[in-house]
Amino acid sequence: MNLKPMFKPRTLAVIGVSLSNERHPANVIYNKNNLRQQVEVFAVNEKGGFYQGEKVYPRISEVPEKVDLAVIATRAETVPDMMGDCIRAGAGGAVVISGGFAEVGKKDLQDSLISMAIKADFPFIGPNCIGIYSPPSVDTLFIPSERIVKPEPGKVALVSQSGGILVDHLIRFWGEGVGLSTAVSIGNKALLREIDLLNYFAQDPGTEVIAFYVEGFGENEGRKFVLAAARCPKPVIVLKSGKTTGGSRAVSSHTASLAGDYEVFSAVLSQYGLVEARDESEMISACEALSCYRKPIEGRMAVLTGSGGHGAQAVDACLSRGMAAPPFSDKMREELGKQVSEKIQGIASFGNPVDLTGSAVDDDFVQAARFLSRRDEVDCLLLLLLPYLPGVTSDLGARLSMVYRQEGKPMVAYVPHVEKYSMLIEGFQLNRLPVARSIEEAVQMAESLRRFQRW
Amino acid sequence: MVSQEMKRILVDAGKHGWVMEPEAKRFFSLAGMDTPRFCWARKLEEAIGFAEKIGYPVVGKVISPRVVHKTEVKGVAVGLDSPRKIEETFLRFSGIDGFAGMLLEETLSGLELIVGARVDFQFGPVVLLGMGGTGVEIYKDVALRMAPLEERDVKSMVQSLKARRLLEGYRGKEPVHMGELVRLLLVFSSLVMDIFPRMESIDLNPVFATASRAVVGDARIMLKS
Repeated sequence: MNLKPMFKPRTLAVIGVSLSNERHPANVIYNKNNLRQQVEVFAVNEKGGFYQGEKVYPRISEVPEKVDLAVIATRAETVPDMMGDCIRAGAGGAVVISGGFAEVGKKDLQDSLISMAIKADFPFIGPNCIGIYSPPSVDTLFIPSERIVKPEPGKVALVSQSGGILVDHLIRFWGEGVGLSTAVSIGNKALLREIDLLNYFAQDPGTEVIAFYVEGFGENEGRKFVLAAARCPKPVIVLKSGKTTGGSRAVSSHTASLAGDYEVFSAVLSQYGLVEARDESEMISACEALSCYRKPIEGRMAVLTGSGGHGAQAVDACLSRGMAAPPFSDKMREELGKQVSEKIQGIASFGNPVDLTGSAVDDDFVQAARFLSRRDEVDCLLLLLLPYLPGVTSDLGARLSMVYRQEGKPMVAYVPHVEKYSMLIEGFQLNRLPVARSIEEAVQMAESLRRFQRW
Repeated sequence: MVSQEMKRILVDAGKHGWVMEPEAKRFFSLAGMDTPRFCWARKLEEAIGFAEKIGYPVVGKVISPRVVHKTEVKGVAVGLDSPRKIEETFLRFSGIDGFAGMLLEETLSGLELIVGARVDFQFGPVVLLGMGGTGVEIYKDVALRMAPLEERDVKSMVQSLKARRLLEGYRGKEPVHMGELVRLLLVFSSLVMDIFPRMESIDLNPVFATASRAVVGDARIMLKS
C-alpha cells in the first residue's frame, strides 16, 4: 500500500463536519487545516450546505478534486458506508477518528472495514485514533490549535497506539527541543499497524529516527516487527507499557515462569539492536541523542567536568547503566595535563573523570575535549558544563560543537536548563549536539547510543 | 531435523500433555545432544542390573506422568552406591502418585545451567540460558533470545549472565567447554524451530557444563494443549 498520499496530502476531505456543533472533532480538524496547514481542505456532510462560507459536499465523490486523504469522523455504524464512498471516489487513504469498534466489543464492524480496505488496496489509520500530524502538510489531531504545543520540525517520527500519549510526547519534544518529522496515533490499528509505519518511515527521507509507543503486539507480530526494524538503517526506539502482568499466570515450567511477556520483549529488542526506552524520560533522551548521532558506541565514556562531585556522579550513572569510564594510563594523563592552561595543571585531575576544577576556562575544556576525541580509549564524551563557573562563557557550547565537527566523536552535554544559560545550551542545540538537563539524562542519552546496534 | 522416532515420542506423550524425563532425554539424544547413560527401570532387578553394568554410584529419579517437579515430592536420589540403596529408593518411589518406574543414570557433576524454550505470543519461540538447579527461580540469572540463535547470540547470552565468571573458570576451576555449550544451544534452538507449533515450553534443568561436555541432566517438554 502506498502511504505517501496520507502523509503528504495535497487535498483533504473531512467527512462529518457539523453545521451546528463547532466543537465536533471534524470541525476542529477542518478549521486547523484550513487556517494553518498547506493542504487544501473540503468539508463533507450528507446534509450539504455551507460551513464558514465554504461549500459542504454531501458526499466525497462530489468534491471537485481528487482527494489524497479523507478524515472520517462520523458515527461508527456509518463508517463502512463512508469508507466505501472514499474507495469509489479514488481517495488515497483515510484516517478513521470515530470510536465504537473493537474497543467496545464491535469487532465485526471493525472487520468489515478491514476486508473492504484490503480488497480495494486502500490504506487507513485507526479507527479510534487521533490520526496524523505531518507538518507542514496536514494535521488531523482534533485538538484545538491554541491548546497544543508543537515541537520544532525535525527528524523523529513518532508512532503511538494511544492518542493521549502521543500528544504528551509532542509537549515533551517541544520542551526538550527535540525535532519532529511526523506523529501518528494508530488507535485500534485495524489495518495499518506498527510494522507498516516502520516500513513507511524507513523510506521517508524526512525521518531519521523512528519512535514507537507500544501497548502490545498481536500473535507473532512482535517477531516480524523486530526483524523489520533490524533491517532498517535508522534507529528504532520503543517504549512499552504493560510491563507488569495483572495477577499471576499458572506456569508449569521454569522457563515459562522466567521468560515472562515483558522479559522476552525487552530481551528481543536488545538482541536486534532496537533501543528500548524504559520510561518516558528515556524515550525523550533517546530521541534527542539518536537524532544527533547514528554511529553506535560501545560505551567507553570520558567524563569531562569542572566539578569533582558531578564527575563522580556521572561515573556512577555510567557504570550502573552498564557503560564504562575506563581509567586513563599515566602517560595519557600526562599528555592530557599538557593541553590545559598552566594555572590549572597543578590542581586539575586527569584521570577519568577529568576534573578541570572551577578555575578552568573555555580553552581548557576545548583543548581537553579535542585531546579526548582523538583517543581510542574512549568512544563518547560526557561534558558536564557548569555555566556558573567564572571562566566558562556562553560561547563554550558552540566551541565544543566545533570540536565534534572536526573530530567526529559523539559528545553528550549536561547544562542546567534555566533561561540564564540558554545561549550556552543553544550553542549545542543549533549544532545538533544533544544537551541534557540532568546528569542522569545525559547518561541516558549515551546509553541509547550504545543500545542502538546494527550488524 | 526431527526424525520419525522423535515425532513418535511427541505423539505418544500427547495423552499426558508433557514428555517425561526418560523420553525427553531420548528425544534430545536423538537430536544429537549430549545426555547421560540412563535406564527406565520398571522392575527392581532392571535397576540394579543397570547400576552393576555402568558402575556405582548412580542417580535415581521417579518417573510419573503426575509429577512434573520431582524434587518437590522427594523424587530424586543421588549417590545410590549399593543394591540396598537402590532397593530402598525404588520402594519409596513406588509409593509416589502415578509411579511408572525409576530412572537410573550415571552420576554427573559440573556447573548447573538451565536451557529452556517457550513459545511467546508476540515473538514466537524464544530460548533461555541461565544458572540452573533448584534455585533457578530464586536467582533469576537468565538471558533470553528470540530463536533461532546464532553463535553470536549464545556468546552474548553467556556474557550477560551475572554468574558468567563461574563459566569462565572462577578461582582456579577449569572453564566450561564453550564450544560444547554453544553447540548444545544451537542444536537446541534449531530443534525448537522445528517443533514449536507442538510445544508450550521446554526445561533442560540442569544442564551440566564441564571442561569437556555440556550434558542434559534433566529434561521435560510441555506440549501444547
